[in-house]
Amino acid sequence: MQEGAPDPGLYDYHPNKGRPKIEWPGGKTCAVWVAPNLEYYEIDPPIHPKRNPWPHPAPSVVGYSHRDHSNRVSHWRMAEVMTRHGFPGSVSLSVALCQHHPEVVADAVSRGWEFFSHGIYNTRYSYDMTEEQERAIIEDSIATVEAATGQRIRGWLAPALTHTPRTLDLLAEYEFDYTCDLYHDDQVQEVKVAEGLLASIPYSLEVNDHYGFFVYNMSGREYAETLVKQYERLAEEGANSGTVMCIPLHAYLIGQPHRIGPFEEALEHIAKDGRAWLATAGEIVDAWREQMGRAQQ
Amino acid sequence: MSTLPESYTQYPKRREGYDHDLYEWSNLHERPPVKWPKGSVAVWLCVSLEWFPIVPGGPFKAPGHMVTPYPDYRHYTARDYGNRVGAWRMLEAFETTGVKASFATNAAIAERYPELIEAVQAGGHEIIAHSTDMNGTIDASLGDKAERELIGDAMTRLETATGARPKGWLSIARQQSFHTLDILKAEGLTYCCDWVNDEMPYRFSNGLIDLPLNHELSDRQIVTVQQKSADSWGESMRDAFDWLAREAKEKGGGRMLPIHLTPYIMGLPYRIHAFESLLADLTGREEAWFARGEDIVSAWEQQQ
Repeated sequence: MQEGAPDPGLYDYHPNKGRPKIEWPGGKTCAVWVAPNLEYYEIDPPIHPKRNPWPHPAPSVVGYSHRDHSNRVSHWRMAEVMTRHGFPGSVSLSVALCQHHPEVVADAVSRGWEFFSHGIYNTRYSYDMTEEQERAIIEDSIATVEAATGQRIRGWLAPALTHTPRTLDLLAEYEFDYTCDLYHDDQVQEVKVAEGLLASIPYSLEVNDHYGFFVYNMSGREYAETLVKQYERLAEEGANSGTVMCIPLHAYLIGQPHRIGPFEEALEHIAKDGRAWLATAGEIVDAWREQMGRAQQ
Repeated sequence: MSTLPESYTQYPKRREGYDHDLYEWSNLHERPPVKWPKGSVAVWLCVSLEWFPIVPGGPFKAPGHMVTPYPDYRHYTARDYGNRVGAWRMLEAFETTGVKASFATNAAIAERYPELIEAVQAGGHEIIAHSTDMNGTIDASLGDKAERELIGDAMTRLETATGARPKGWLSIARQQSFHTLDILKAEGLTYCCDWVNDEMPYRFSNGLIDLPLNHELSDRQIVTVQQKSADSWGESMRDAFDWLAREAKEKGGGRMLPIHLTPYIMGLPYRIHAFESLLADLTGREEAWFARGEDIVSAWEQQQ
């Protein structure tokens, strides 16, 4: 990025109208990927000068235990519903979960899910990191996930969405293929990095379950309807050029008993529609890269 | 630009299990199934009886506390409406349907409103300790000594006013310090309802039991925080019940649905019908076992 500039210079402007046609495998019009966040929040993390991890002095019982619900109860419920309707997960992983609860990571591996890094913990923020510190978390992420899953991670979603001006350049340098940190489009786009290539895959904040329930205050049924509407529009527009729909999830939210039933109905609708390519983030970026290469630049 | 100390990228508690020793990890779906005395879904109704002093205090301001400059008659009286009217509507609904509930009660309520406590006890409901009053909040800034005094004071006053020492404890806003679990154990409590990481009772390392009172399924969260209608709240409770009943059938073993109620919220004339109709509906389901907190804990404990 261009540090200090009013436009950070992350990408070029490509208007939605008249784009080259992207074709998804099997003639599908919308690539749908589900991104469960498998996270670990520390009970008593160090304080960062720019952000307090918890609203109360530690332990923030509700904050911590609500998220822990994922690893004890709701991950399993959410994962089973996804598997039942044929959706693989592309996991946004707090990589320290590989140490804390290897059982949860192993479950995702056994379902054939892809992993990308969401930092070491979701309670450590990247702001103000030195280059050396930032390289350390990138190298740690690659090594930790490889040891736990056998996968070389290809993507990144910054821990708690915290960045430095050099994050995207470093990802390209370490040969990552995609970032989930930019929310400017419904199609995969090229990111302008110092060297190499980096794709931006849509990871919608707007239909993230956290936004649905805690920003827009939806009920479980309203959120499920929102997903269906989002999908219907993208599947229709994707006939011109393939679109991408991301469903970012947190098990402790979507896996609650009052929400998971309506959510399952939304997944069933998308899976049965016939226009959706149920894919992982890596598969979507590969299919896009193969067709587009650097054509948009 | 400031830089972070080296310690910020070091992780001394990165290890198998949690970054604390308060309880151990275990996932619900692999634990031995628990069978309830009746049905497959234990429905736990928990009603909060809260007295808000018009002068806020404590380490943090309780949810629902005073908002406007002193004297905030508006919020003081609107909260007290729950104790004068709303709670009585709920008691009537419980009597009509024959269900027993738990009442998380401030010590000040037990002292100030003996008629209400008498009605709760006469209805066969359980009283759970809920601190002294709504200024009796706990967090790590309170200090060990003050916290011990606060919890001890609440327990003594509740025992004196109700004639029985509560077995369960609910902290205000479910917030604790790192000492709370040990203090509750030392006060002779069997269980607390603060940690929301599970959907069945589980045991802390010190022997105390957690009976998770899901904050997301509370009327406070759904109606006042998320601003949904009482009917939307009722729909969510039915969705939760249906899902849990389905899960219990598919996986075997009992499930639990905690419904946390606030008389000044759900006890209002235009909302109470949604509650009554939910109660009528769920009491008609063969999967439902309406139980007080202590009954759920005791049924669970006998099978461990």
